[in-house]
Amino acid sequence: MIRSQRWKGAAFTVPFQLGFVFLYLLPIGYAVYESLYREQQSGLGLGGSTETFAGLDNYRHGVTDSAFMGSVLRVVLFACVQIPVMLVVSLVLALFLDALTSKVAGRFRILLLVPYMIPGVVAALVWINLYSPDVGPLTPFGKVFGFDWNFFAPSMVWPSIGNLLTWHGVGYNMVIIYSALQGVPRELFEAARLDGASELRIALSIKIPFVRGALVLTGMLSIIQMLQIFNEPALFRNITPQTVSDGFTPIMIIYNQAFNAGNYHYAAALSVLLALVLGVASFLFYRLTAKEAD
Amino acid sequence: MTLIEERAEPRTVRRLGRPDAAARTRGGQRFLLLGLVLASMYSLFPVWWLLVASTKDRTGLYQSNGLWFSGWHLWTNLHQLFTYEDGIFLRWTANSFLYAGVGSLGGTLLALLTGYGLARFQFPGRNLVFACVVGSFLIPIALLTLPLYLLFSEIGWVDTPWAMLVPCLINPFSVYLAKVYTEATIPYELLEAARIDGAGELRIFFSIVLRMMTTGGATVFLLAFVNTWNAFFLPLTVLRGEENWTLNLGLYNWSGKRLESGVDLTGLVLTGALLSIVPMAIMMVAMRRYWRSGVTLGALK
Repeated sequence: MIRSQRWKGAAFTVPFQLGFVFLYLLPIGYAVYESLYREQQSGLGLGGSTETFAGLDNYRHGVTDSAFMGSVLRVVLFACVQIPVMLVVSLVLALFLDALTSKVAGRFRILLLVPYMIPGVVAALVWINLYSPDVGPLTPFGKVFGFDWNFFAPSMVWPSIGNLLTWHGVGYNMVIIYSALQGVPRELFEAARLDGASELRIALSIKIPFVRGALVLTGMLSIIQMLQIFNEPALFRNITPQTVSDGFTPIMIIYNQAFNAGNYHYAAALSVLLALVLGVASFLFYRLTAKEAD
Repeated sequence: MTLIEERAEPRTVRRLGRPDAAARTRGGQRFLLLGLVLASMYSLFPVWWLLVASTKDRTGLYQSNGLWFSGWHLWTNLHQLFTYEDGIFLRWTANSFLYAGVGSLGGTLLALLTGYGLARFQFPGRNLVFACVVGSFLIPIALLTLPLYLLFSEIGWVDTPWAMLVPCLINPFSVYLAKVYTEATIPYELLEAARIDGAGELRIFFSIVLRMMTTGGATVFLLAFVNTWNAFFLPLTVLRGEENWTLNLGLYNWSGKRLESGVDLTGLVLTGALLSIVPMAIMMVAMRRYWRSGVTLGALK
């Protein structure tokens, strides 16, 4: 390639690079910088405040902050239940679709994708109302069978949110897994059938290992999303603030530290910590799943 | 004999469009269909409920069966929705369209430029740019949004449309998709031919590449539109005054009013929620044919 063309190629990416610096690198640098300082009230807090260098104090505070670490743990534990459930449901539905003729499969695929097209905030609003004992149909439905459900009770909040997230996410994950399944060479099934393998056996030994890559991808995307969960608990908090505290998830704590407590420095340190947790979690997940494949 | 039978069946099915219909027994097929019908009912019943709920008046909402109609008050509800607080809902709708429409359009053009540059040129630093694109998928929104808020307040952008529009311009996921699409649709030979004919690089991009990338570009635009339409944390952080809010922010605020000030806006929230789905439904139908080739291609590659 001619030398001048290389630079022309680079020029195509310059606007993006500038924007990336302004909207990504600068803010991250700013957050890291802010996280190393603290605000000091002078006198009685009347004379304004000054910024003083705090070193890693904000981080030290963050890792020992039981509210923050508790919220991380809460979300991680929840992810360990919800993500596998959602992925298994998506996988099963994708396998079901794969076993049908493409015409029938196409119809169901659209129906199952409907929740995904609903904006997250609207999905949460709808389910909150479905759960509501006043307007929702689920409470009277439970009563028919003798259950007295309270979806907003402390023990039920996570299952309630989990059901909402599963409902919202199954379609998208299913589509990704399904299109991976379509790539399995059909001759493999014929060969396995000739060898007397049952359809279940074919699904377990050929299809599922073949879509491992899609499962890893959907799993990783779900973990990244889950650690940053904010909308759903924030909307639940609108209805039931006594069960969903303002520090329910890491991002809620960060938001509150920044905008309600006015403590940007600490909020910045916490968001850097969250980024580290996210990086470590994705790395571990990737390594663990990659190892199994060997 | 069994062998022949087993081999004959897939062949008849192949004609129906699929080489392999695993549910070869009638019972198996029924089992699969039953499972999918149940799953579809689970998917659809909340939407159905929302549809039904927005046709009811207050008494109907609280007292009638949630899954069936009781009176037809949809027009009254819509009228209330559009006139409440001097039609603020319309304002929010217009804002959402502005942010999602203009922001995604700009973001898509930038992404196509960048994706093309990355996919079809070798230049020093190319790998670094691509690493930034992929690496940024892992950056938590809080880490970006809070300092952005501080930066925007320095330059006076907080509470203006700029705070929503400018972040839309830089979308790493769009760049990633644009690169994948360019690799799949723009052959090197074509570019070489155009160069030999004496076309400049910009001219090649705008009159050849952009035209060949209509499908890819449309998918990138639709996905960016959906993302911006659904955004919640960024608008919550950078928009303070009601008049600049998005639909999501407005509905969130209305749903909290009951606890805050005792005003029950459930009916309005539900009708508003239904309306805010409509553009998404149109988008999804429009991009249905790109679902397999588009979204999943980007996700898997």
